[in-house]
Amino acid sequence: MKLACIVSVGFVEEAILSEAQMVIERSYGFEVELLPARPSSATAFDASRGQWSAVELMKDLVRNRPPMAKRILGLTSDDLFIPMLSFLYGQAQLGGAAALVSTARLRQEFYGLPSNTDLLTKRVRKEILHEMGHTMGLVHCPDHTCAMCLSTNLEQVDMKRDIYCRPCSLSVDARLNSLLNDAE
Amino acid sequence: MKSRWQILIVDDEEVMAESLAAWLREDGYSVDTAPSGRAAVARTRETDYAIYFVDLKMPGGMDGIETMMEIRRLRPDASVIIITAYATVDTAITAMKEGAQEYIVKPCNPEEISLLVDRIIKVKNLQLENQMLRKRLTGQYEYRDIVTKNSKMRAILELVRDVASLRSTVLVRGASGTGKELIARAIHYSGDRAAAPFIAVSCASLAETLLESELFGYEKGAFTGAGAQTKGKFELADGGTIFLDEIGDISAKLQADLLRVLQERRFYRLGGTTEIQVDARVIAATNKDLAEEVREGRFRDDLYYRLNVIEINIPPLCQRRDDIPHLARHFVARLSSEIGKEVDGIGEDALKVLLDYDWPGNIRELENAIERAIVTSRSRVLCAEDFSFLDSIMRARANTALPPIPLQDLEKLAIEAALGRTQGNIKEAATALGIDRSTLYEKIKRYNIERS
Repeated sequence: MKLACIVSVGFVEEAILSEAQMVIERSYGFEVELLPARPSSATAFDASRGQWSAVELMKDLVRNRPPMAKRILGLTSDDLFIPMLSFLYGQAQLGGAAALVSTARLRQEFYGLPSNTDLLTKRVRKEILHEMGHTMGLVHCPDHTCAMCLSTNLEQVDMKRDIYCRPCSLSVDARLNSLLNDAE
Repeated sequence: MKSRWQILIVDDEEVMAESLAAWLREDGYSVDTAPSGRAAVARTRETDYAIYFVDLKMPGGMDGIETMMEIRRLRPDASVIIITAYATVDTAITAMKEGAQEYIVKPCNPEEISLLVDRIIKVKNLQLENQMLRKRLTGQYEYRDIVTKNSKMRAILELVRDVASLRSTVLVRGASGTGKELIARAIHYSGDRAAAPFIAVSCASLAETLLESELFGYEKGAFTGAGAQTKGKFELADGGTIFLDEIGDISAKLQADLLRVLQERRFYRLGGTTEIQVDARVIAATNKDLAEEVREGRFRDDLYYRLNVIEINIPPLCQRRDDIPHLARHFVARLSSEIGKEVDGIGEDALKVLLDYDWPGNIRELENAIERAIVTSRSRVLCAEDFSFLDSIMRARANTALPPIPLQDLEKLAIEAALGRTQGNIKEAATALGIDRSTLYEKIKRYNIERS
């Protein structure tokens, strides 16, 4: 049974997609299916900002979640925004089924620095755990090293570890148990 | 704990309001949205929001500044953040002059909003803590401080408010742990005696002679050890309120003395010859049925009628179960910060356990249970497992409450229960009962038990 699906919205490197698959399988014990890539939705693009609306992309993910999948994770290289904020690393439905992570601002190149694949992979792992944690109903954690800590800049992302702290981990386990019981 | 703070986002653009709300909810805040200034004002009347994000330009006759002014009139303590897409110096000055806490231009950096909200909440937490500590220190609880949504309790609180400024004696009745003193304090601190002292005396904890000197004071040399003239609680409560807890436990002699004070508002100190006049409002409390005590001749009827001018009956917690979730959340919020443990809330499964429990010790027992759960919990949200100790308490109580019953009947009941639970499966029932199958067959036959 496929419990989670991953879909790339626009182009995303294969290495990133398989890393995402591994993170979810390892941290959640879900069986993960990679769905065919979807093009970036034209309606989500805001020409005046040169960015993609996270709200529209999330709607698209929710609409396209296969019924058997408990969670759907969208990965994109597009730079995300919501009207009030200048950018987002990702977004999720709190206690819901869909999560979205953008790699745009996690890349060194975005800041005019030489590309660093290892660093990018590490950051993506943390943000996936973060957004997936929100779908499990978790809110931001005050522990700066926990994956559920809020990051509004890259220093904060880099300070986090790619695991949950113990209380967050226990909360995820509790939600996972009820989720898996429902699935049986 | 962030979820205690509520935020309202006021914007006619639904996408803008909802997406910001979702972002703030991920941070643990409880967030609502309103599509217009008028809707925001209507919501403000119902809910005490800590922070408002208000868009400056909104159609419908009420712009952001007007909305903010109305919100600040209704909730002077609320922090309003004005949002605009086009910043001008004039609007910024007007917004700040009219009391906006901040003025931000959208879109803004997530870090900016996060720091701004954190800063406001930090100040609000400090204000709340200060208020709480002050109340704890002085015990100055008003009727607004009593946590309830129950209709019976609401009626009691209305009565509290109505009688707060009267001088009439009040008799508060309720089982142990229902909060009789809290109601007495609420009456005192909601009325015009609030600035004067509230003096509480527990009548059950002192011997008769000690209680007498405690209540009325004594002159120097009135008894061995009376080294100096000392004022009693009635004198100390002059102008304020004296709270006589466990009034049903006082002796016949003290009942007579008390009756005189209630009738004439004057008394003598022990060993004194000068009459002392006091203006102290009396609030008495008991967990006994005083009318029954009067019928049995253990309590003076004239004193009972003097005390029972206004009667307040606090229902036990099992009769106001709808308050359990509300009280539980209140205790979690208060106790987690007092204990210094990061516990943000209480899960639905835990609430179900609390709702199923009988609470013979009432609110005091609930408060203690939550304190114990917070101390031992390993997660940030209390779950059913954290309250597993209630199960053993309940079982212990059920055992001690069992009436005398012939052992044979008890055995029959146990076998019937085991068979019922295992749907007649002999092997499972025998294992559950701790006997072997042949013994179980033999007992089923002896007691003539049906197996289905």
